[in-house]
Amino acid sequence: MENHTDNLVQITTTPKRKLSLQEVRERLSAAKGKAYWRSLEELVDAPGFEELLENEFPAGVTEFPQESGVSRRNFMKLMGASMALAGLSACTRQPEEPIVPYVRQPEDLIPGVPKYFATTMPFPTGGIPVLVKSNEFRPTKIEGNAMHPASSGATDVFAQASILDLYDPDRAQNSSYRDQRRNWGDFHDAIDAYKVKAGASGGAGLRFLSETIISPTLVWQMQTVLKKFPSAKWYQWDPIHRDSARSAAKQMFGQYAEPIYNFEAANVVLSLDADFLYASYFPGFIPYARAFTKRRKMAEDTPMNRLYAVESFATTTGALSDNRLRMRASDIMVFASALAAALGGGGGAATGLSDDEQKFLQAVAKDLKANAGASLVIPGEQQPPELHILAAQINQALGNIGKTVSYAEPPEVVPTDQFAGLRELVGDMNAGKVDTLIILYGNPVYDAPVDLDFEGAMGKVANNVHLSLYRNETSRVSQWLLHGAHYLETWSDARAYDGTASLVQPLIAPLYDGHSAHELVALFTDTPEMTAYQAIQTYWQQNGKAAGDFATNFRRWLHDGIIPNSAPGAKTLTPRAGAPTITPLAKDAIEVVFRPDPTTYDGRYNNNAWLQECPKPLLRLEWDNAAMMSIETAARLGFEQEDVIRITVDGRYVDAPVLVVYGMPENSITLNLGYGRYFSGRAGNGFGFNAYAIRSTKTPLIAVAEKLEKTGDTYHLAVVQNYTLIKPHGDPKWMNRSVQGAEAVRRDLIRVASYDQYKKDPDFAHSQTFDEDPQSYDSLYPGFDYTKGYQWGMAIDMNSCVGCNSCVIACQAENNVAVVGKEQVKIGRDMKWLRIDTYYTGDLHNPRAFFQPMLCQHCENAPCEPVCPVGATVHTPEGVNTMVYNRCVGTRYCSNNCPYKVRRFNFKLFSDYITPSLKPLRNPDVTVRSRGVMEKCSYCIQRINAARIQAEVEETRLQEDDPTAERKIRDGEVVTACQQACPTDAIVFGNINDPDSRVTRIKAQPRNYGLLTDVNTRPRTSYIASVVNPNFEIGDRTDMPGKTFIGEQS
Amino acid sequence: MPQVFNRGANGLARMSLVILGLVVTSLALTLNELQRSPYVTRQGERLEQPVPFSHQHHVAGLGLDCRYCHTSVENSSFAGIPPTKTCMNCHSEIWTNADILEPVRSSYRNNTSIWWTKIHDLPDYVYFNHEIHINKGIGCASCHGPVDEMPLMYQHGSLQMEWCLDCHRNPAKNIRPIGDPIFNIGWKGPSQDNQVWCEQGTGDCSLSGPYLQKSGKPMLKPIVFTDQMTLGKYLVAQYHVRTPNEIQSCETCHR
Amino acid sequence: MSTKGLTDLPPSKRPFLVDPPVIAPGHTFASVTEKVMRTVLTPRTPFGWIFGFLITFGVVQVLMIAAGYLFYEGVGIWGITIPSAWGFAIVNFVWWIGIGHAGTLISAILLLLKQSWRTSINRAAEAMTLFAVMCAGMFPILHTGRPWLAAYWLFPIPLTMGVWPQFRSPLIWDVFAVSTYFTVSLLFWYTGLIPDIATLRDNAKHKITRTIYGVMCMGWRGSGRHWARYETAYLILAGLSTPLVLSVHTVVSWDFAIAVLPGWHTTIFPPYFVAGAIYSGFAMVLTLLIPIRAAYGMKDFITERHLQNMAKVMLATGLIVAYGYFMEALMSWYAGDVFETFQFKNRATGPLGYFYWLLITFNIVLPQSLWFRKVRSSPVVLWIVSIIVNIGMWLERFVIVVISLHRDFLPSSWGTYKATRWDYATFIGTLGFFTMAFLLFIRVLPMISIFELRVLLPQSRVRLQAQEFMK
Repeated sequence: MENHTDNLVQITTTPKRKLSLQEVRERLSAAKGKAYWRSLEELVDAPGFEELLENEFPAGVTEFPQESGVSRRNFMKLMGASMALAGLSACTRQPEEPIVPYVRQPEDLIPGVPKYFATTMPFPTGGIPVLVKSNEFRPTKIEGNAMHPASSGATDVFAQASILDLYDPDRAQNSSYRDQRRNWGDFHDAIDAYKVKAGASGGAGLRFLSETIISPTLVWQMQTVLKKFPSAKWYQWDPIHRDSARSAAKQMFGQYAEPIYNFEAANVVLSLDADFLYASYFPGFIPYARAFTKRRKMAEDTPMNRLYAVESFATTTGALSDNRLRMRASDIMVFASALAAALGGGGGAATGLSDDEQKFLQAVAKDLKANAGASLVIPGEQQPPELHILAAQINQALGNIGKTVSYAEPPEVVPTDQFAGLRELVGDMNAGKVDTLIILYGNPVYDAPVDLDFEGAMGKVANNVHLSLYRNETSRVSQWLLHGAHYLETWSDARAYDGTASLVQPLIAPLYDGHSAHELVALFTDTPEMTAYQAIQTYWQQNGKAAGDFATNFRRWLHDGIIPNSAPGAKTLTPRAGAPTITPLAKDAIEVVFRPDPTTYDGRYNNNAWLQECPKPLLRLEWDNAAMMSIETAARLGFEQEDVIRITVDGRYVDAPVLVVYGMPENSITLNLGYGRYFSGRAGNGFGFNAYAIRSTKTPLIAVAEKLEKTGDTYHLAVVQNYTLIKPHGDPKWMNRSVQGAEAVRRDLIRVASYDQYKKDPDFAHSQTFDEDPQSYDSLYPGFDYTKGYQWGMAIDMNSCVGCNSCVIACQAENNVAVVGKEQVKIGRDMKWLRIDTYYTGDLHNPRAFFQPMLCQHCENAPCEPVCPVGATVHTPEGVNTMVYNRCVGTRYCSNNCPYKVRRFNFKLFSDYITPSLKPLRNPDVTVRSRGVMEKCSYCIQRINAARIQAEVEETRLQEDDPTAERKIRDGEVVTACQQACPTDAIVFGNINDPDSRVTRIKAQPRNYGLLTDVNTRPRTSYIASVVNPNFEIGDRTDMPGKTFIGEQS
Repeated sequence: MPQVFNRGANGLARMSLVILGLVVTSLALTLNELQRSPYVTRQGERLEQPVPFSHQHHVAGLGLDCRYCHTSVENSSFAGIPPTKTCMNCHSEIWTNADILEPVRSSYRNNTSIWWTKIHDLPDYVYFNHEIHINKGIGCASCHGPVDEMPLMYQHGSLQMEWCLDCHRNPAKNIRPIGDPIFNIGWKGPSQDNQVWCEQGTGDCSLSGPYLQKSGKPMLKPIVFTDQMTLGKYLVAQYHVRTPNEIQSCETCHR
Repeated sequence: MSTKGLTDLPPSKRPFLVDPPVIAPGHTFASVTEKVMRTVLTPRTPFGWIFGFLITFGVVQVLMIAAGYLFYEGVGIWGITIPSAWGFAIVNFVWWIGIGHAGTLISAILLLLKQSWRTSINRAAEAMTLFAVMCAGMFPILHTGRPWLAAYWLFPIPLTMGVWPQFRSPLIWDVFAVSTYFTVSLLFWYTGLIPDIATLRDNAKHKITRTIYGVMCMGWRGSGRHWARYETAYLILAGLSTPLVLSVHTVVSWDFAIAVLPGWHTTIFPPYFVAGAIYSGFAMVLTLLIPIRAAYGMKDFITERHLQNMAKVMLATGLIVAYGYFMEALMSWYAGDVFETFQFKNRATGPLGYFYWLLITFNIVLPQSLWFRKVRSSPVVLWIVSIIVNIGMWLERFVIVVISLHRDFLPSSWGTYKATRWDYATFIGTLGFFTMAFLLFIRVLPMISIFELRVLLPQSRVRLQAQEFMK
């Protein structure tokens, strides 16, 4: 009874409500005992009560565990503990559980057998074709779509994590008008009324603001609306837009065009601040990364390529580059134009380049010339148009255009100058010309340029309508919040980076019956009832370029996840000559560069706990962003790690913690966008700082810091792999080396040679003075015969791994790996089964990084096994070291004895057993681990078992006809989650007993080596040694004290 | 000074030692029995169900095949619980007004599922797979017992780990010829009176004489089996059942 | 007899070779019995005792709270992480077990070696052992955070899972080693108590007390047969527990030596763990007895002789331990294995290096003062040294467990370790339990073996003297 009254008191703590607390009390005070309950029921039925609740949880924010007081979760834990303590859990009885069948079971459903559906994840730089695993019609895992060239079976980190957004408990779960609950019907009526009113003026006051639209159908719908309301306007806005590339194209060709790169044909690649090896925020990342690494797999017929990187930040691209030059973002243009001049592609003379930069420039120029027609210069997305023009001109001068560079239609159906557009829109809003603003997704209040004051402008608009997945900053200030549909809940279509279109099909009925942009836009047309599905159908009926019956085609497109020859043909364009004018930035000025965050992108993934807890490449930072600067810049300004500094850019400032990043240029600070949100959700709220606060229309890409000062506070960052400098001492080679890098080299964890050296000595990974594997079994205990049956093993190509994190999230999604939160991460309790160890070699001012995906090595002589007192971790006959969660008592000895430290322990109850919306997300084939249990990579044992059962069952069926029939698991039938997600095919898994399997053939390479084999662990996972291809006129970045890998060039 | 205790105390002391011993032993024995007792395993409990469905009536009485209701047993880890539709296939025609079937009808009317209570309820960390057992010659009855004699369904085996291992360590005990015997609840295994013929070198067996299952042609080299163990051993070899070492490896059931 | 009176001289003036007697002169059977019994059979509990008991009892409550919260929240409340998955719990476990060595060593081995000076300290030492092992025993249970599983899956019980514990794991060996050691020590201690309990029974005034002691002494009447049986039993038990003294800590050391971890994976562990154990054990005996003999005026029975001998044992074992440290250093250099070398470098100069140097100071440098008779024969200084050694030995375990773990093979997974308040609460809690248990012991049982003391008296040599007289 007490409880209930308490709840009521809680409920009524917000001011706005229909039913007053006083009334509630009165209604209840009279009642006692049974009557109390009755009166409660009456109360619930009473008019106003629902509003009362709705007002409390307007956007359907569900109750979730509070830190203070006994929340449901803690209560459950308490119960669990006490029950367990009460009797030995072996003697407790199974509780009764219900089992609930369908009323009418769908014909094509076999309960317990997952199905796969092709769809497309919309992304501003082009849709990512995916295949979604669906258990009993609930999506549980995202894979790449092998039939679509933009994916060829792989995904990037964002696509992997996007499934969590679908089940995010913080999603807006119902629509509201001025914080009163409304439904779609109400909005429909409102719009009908509005249409009548606006019809006369041709919709003069009507404005649409959408994200970058890559859906042809939506654009077609939008255009019909604009036809109906001629004076209405439609703008697109994405904070990470592509104005540079677009306006560059406009200036060069007089039309919009998207450059398409052919990496396989390029012997030499020069990246000018282009980070094309991390994620889809570089359009076409997946196919590009795949093509780029094809030239680094040391296949006979394909000579190794060479990558030069000139960059202003420490990106994976730069880390992997064979030669790297660090320059301020604003200086790169100077370099480019000098290079253009050197290659006779226009451009200005090399002014104010340092000697090193000159040297680099000359060497690169020479190399590019030598490979004219087979080279590639790529401009960075976050660079101004001028650089894109210069890059194009250089490619032109080298005769690369048509060979390694071609041009196509941009993925966005109607490219626009988004900045200009937004400025115009805000102008109209402030001028009071706008009475109704329809915002399709996005979050302009948060991410629009600060000087436009979008929120203020919205205040001048009578009706702001926001269609959104979340009740975010923008929704809170708009009158209408329409809760949207996730892309897995709706029909749509999308164009990939190269313009190839594919369909988006719903995997599940909208969880909170939200609506899609198609349906919203349709309301303004003459066919307001048109559903997204009808829209898609109508559009493609008219535009589908395929012979034959539409229904059949459509089904095929759905199945394949690609609409054949829907890509607008390639364009043959030649950039106009004439160097763009560039104004170099003063040498001592400190620039501030804005970049999309590698995990939260522009802020849209801010509430995605998987991404929040995904280490940013090289930084290894989780949960936060930071003011990132080089060692010497920090030293000169007197900043320590984690000092909070105030960065002032023309009058506006933001406070951010300092993070020293190796390999950044002097006088440059990089701020990642996408943090510092307060209306994001339980995962994102309050982490990091909002860099948009100093990002204005004047300086959207690169600003100049007016003032930098310490605020005096410190802010702790959760960095998962902490790097320590070697103190400079006697030997200059030891100066500014990474201790971990040095040790990694000394311990032969990293084995690397130059391309020439490799050609001379392909066996370098063993021929140098490395400790070798003990040949005999060398164990007290009798060994096991691993020569029979399937024997699973994995090979990881260090040369192909680009550190893009998609395997990390894929593993988390496949294996129900828990999220632990910033505090736990900070003290080293990260639960990732698969991590990407990063080691720096060379001078830390401009180091080279090696990415080493680290997961359970499945040692044949596993040290973890003999020390477990209960035998909770044991070896299977197929050589997999398996973990039996329900047997584990948690002595943690196995983790101590694991040389690779790949075991993870549930120090607390990390798995969320409570939040209802997260339950359908879990992979039903993997146990959700509870507190006090050790866990680790299982080689995706659930997939192995599934494949085996399938093979054996098929064998039985074959034997009905041919009693002697045999059916073994075929090579490639078992694909681990990490392998499947990998864009560069760096991870290969299979049966090492089968001489023809891919993994066996790869392991047969001389470059194949195991880690710490001298400890006699006999790991099943092996690594393929790196080969780097530096230009020795510039030097190399892999030297380390005690070891010289490269030697002199032959 | 008087003695603290009288002479009897000595006897008492010795007695107490004996009693202590007895108490400890009996306690151990009780606990050992308790952990295997039906109270813990819930064997034989006829749990409350929304509809008192009788397997006896439907299987023995009407001779329905298991797969009529448990449709996915041959090709999924989950045998499948019949949707209301399946019940209504018949009960829209017969027993249309029976009160006990009201839950079924209302479920069908209002499109709301029937909430049955799970009988064979394994812990969540156990990944049992029906498909592979059926396809390797384990019959329904081997685990579910004589369901054709169960007016109300109850759990037959203890479903404890040792119970599973008992078979995984020696599958020959329970393995049957693939075909009818799998779904034939009553099948008691081969004996002198009902022999099993198998075509040599194949898993093709029949109960009705030396004839091939599919074609019905006479077998070329029939082998006759009259006891389970020999048949079991033979079939284990024919069906390529993995070795006990392999199928009692932890990852077979736990992931 | 010739040395009589020399002990009255100040230590510096004594002839070097002369040791003080094991029992002060001038005692009779009656006086001995009376003196020891009085501490137990007094109706008035000393205020100091009550005060100490209340404090320690309070500390035990801290332990209870810490344990309760642990079972509710999980081991996450401790400072352990990956890579340092073992922390205070294991450190304390090993430390307590080590302390639990002195008792059996003194009673068993010294008995077999006919060291008469053991008699007046063995009783207390054995009690101390039992309580130390109890404290140690708590940690393996707490350490998993889920005792309801660890409690019985570690024992070979026929469970319905059809699987057994994994006997290759040193943790299982531990379970057996420690429980055996505890059982035998308990029997040994109790057997030794029986005659004295009988004495208490006979002298107890109150009926209830008489009955209780009566039951406890199992009808001991001191007849010849009783004594004969007693001697045999006692000797057998001594024989049984002698190997245990060595085995227990050897097995505990295997918890580490079996692992592949640099800093753990070394063959020198068993001997130097045992030495260390005796080292800390004697230190703890001194830490307890010096105040007690002062408080209860037992200086006549626990004489300088005892303190000195124990000090000498400490000095000897301390040197063995020092040798162990030296060997570790030597091996890491001599082996030339990159991991071994690094791990020693890290142990000495790494982020947690200062613990190592503290350990060297406490365990090796300072105890060298025991070379000086002045130090050995001054109870206060000796007491301080013993405390230093206790701390030193705790640090040794910390260095072995945590420092070896926090930076091992893969540089990528290097971490650090920081104990939380719950770690400290648990440790201090066990200290409280230990002291409380010991206080209870000296209140209800004779802290010195009365009948054995009697044997030490010259009067008990009557028969020998008679024989000499007959010649």
